Amino acid sequence: MLTLEGVSKTYRVGTFGGRELTAVRDVSLQVAPGEVIALIGESGSGKSTIGRLILRLTGVTGGRITFGGTDIAGFKGKGLRAYYAQVQGVFQDPFSSYNPIFKADRALELLRQTYFAELDARRWRDKVEASLDAVRLDPGQVLGKYPHQLSGGQLQRLLVARALLLDIRLLVADEIISMLDASTRIDVLNLLGDLKARGLGIVFVTHDLSLGNYISDRAVILRQGAVVEEGPVEQVFGRPQHAYTRSLLASVPQLHRKWEPGDGLAGEPAGGDGG
Amino acid sequence: MSLRVDNLKVWYRTLRGDVQALDGVTFTVADGELVGLAGESGCGKSTLGKSLIRLDSRMRHVDGTVELDGKELPIWDSERMSSFRFKEVSIIPQYAMSAMNPTRRIGRLVAELLESRGVRPDGVRDELLRRLELVGLAPDVLDRYPIELSGGMKQRMVMVISTLLNPSLLIADEITSALDVSTQKAVAETLVGFRDRHFVKSTIFITHDLSLVYQIADSIIVMYAGRLAERAPTEALVTTPRHPYTQMLLSALPEVGVRYSDRRLTGIPGSPPSLLDPPTGCRFRDRCPLAFDKCATQPPFLEVAPDHQVACWKAF
Repeated sequence: MLTLEGVSKTYRVGTFGGRELTAVRDVSLQVAPGEVIALIGESGSGKSTIGRLILRLTGVTGGRITFGGTDIAGFKGKGLRAYYAQVQGVFQDPFSSYNPIFKADRALELLRQTYFAELDARRWRDKVEASLDAVRLDPGQVLGKYPHQLSGGQLQRLLVARALLLDIRLLVADEIISMLDASTRIDVLNLLGDLKARGLGIVFVTHDLSLGNYISDRAVILRQGAVVEEGPVEQVFGRPQHAYTRSLLASVPQLHRKWEPGDGLAGEPAGGDGG
Repeated sequence: MSLRVDNLKVWYRTLRGDVQALDGVTFTVADGELVGLAGESGCGKSTLGKSLIRLDSRMRHVDGTVELDGKELPIWDSERMSSFRFKEVSIIPQYAMSAMNPTRRIGRLVAELLESRGVRPDGVRDELLRRLELVGLAPDVLDRYPIELSGGMKQRMVMVISTLLNPSLLIADEITSALDVSTQKAVAETLVGFRDRHFVKSTIFITHDLSLVYQIADSIIVMYAGRLAERAPTEALVTTPRHPYTQMLLSALPEVGVRYSDRRLTGIPGSPPSLLDPPTGCRFRDRCPLAFDKCATQPPFLEVAPDHQVACWKAF
């Protein structure tokens, strides 16, 4: 369904754009319907940039991204709108995804103006209620409320509901649960699992290895913009081949298993950042 | 006993009334103990941490006492607390990345800070250099501005500054939440190292991440809606939790190896109560599957096993 072929992204940085920073280098991957791919990496690994490239929030510098066989770089106007009817993103911070001076359901209303202008009020309301039902939100509790009156979990689920209104085929979920509390986190993860069962492809961007493992079919470990290791989740987590993956896994705090001396990346605490 | 907190109540003043963010908290921390303080957002864990060092203008000390090494801390009196801060009680703030004055070189910043506390910078300079080396920072960071350091370096610099005068109590407030897993581990282990080398006597490590605190803490306190839910030695809290909230929280944590398709985890339905007008009785009662009539009365925080205390009628 979605294919990335040798995708690279270089940003110009520095005061006058004099230096170049390669955020993503030569990444190839595929997402099939009903498949969840976890993009896992530490900060600066390029995982979010890949998500942004798929959503065409920024363009590729090299390589190409195709959706259903068509290069997404060529989409304009109507074509781009049709692409966004099938591919949507949800991001890390639900609180800053809404305009605080409008009611939260305006996010849904804007979608109606672009894509469902012909629907009458009743059919629109049925559609909204169906998608809220799919994310297990009670319409009475969320509709007509301002963002500050809703919890992070509710806001995040409302954003997923917004994406579902469009009958999408691919969802880019960029760190969508890192801001949520442990008790509500798992609900959003389970929701993604249910959507996957309905045939939705999901690109799940995360820095948290234990979350990447829970719902994903395949895992891609990224480091400094390049793919370090890729494969079925059981293999990447169960028998990691690359030393970086192993050290990353050993650093993850887990219940019932304490860190051992020598686990993790060499040179700590002096290492851990580039300076 | 290094720290003794007794029935501490600290509320926030708002236009709509008092938010009872910390409502009657009692616990002790032993010499050399590293206590993890865990809970979800809004449970009062940061309020507790801040109360022990500095109340901001919205916070009001309502009741209760805090005793450190046998001396009462005048937490309601900011001026008198001043002589304890940094020397006796110190904090690594949540915003450690931006805690340093950007207009000063770090060396000068440290010197000014020491002078403001009546300590001659020359006297601690050797110790400062020794500790920088310990956390893997070169002495020349003292000639640099904070902006020249990476996030992880700033974090370690602030850790060194906060503990320079060997405080009796160190409060570390969510210091790892913005870090990558590998840096997170390094920072957590540095904290243990500071305790082992007696740079600090006891530490309160505030976090929302139970699996992280499990790695380093001697005992764990779980808070819910402004009160203590449970406290136990680390191993006991994780293997035999007695409070339904702790149990549900632990079972909601996805771990490496647990898959949605094999075992579907469940969250905790509902959300914490508003602390503006909290319900009477047990504050977890509306979300608790075990709730019964008696929960309309607030459960006391009682010991159910050695060093294991819990506030739940079903656990007694």
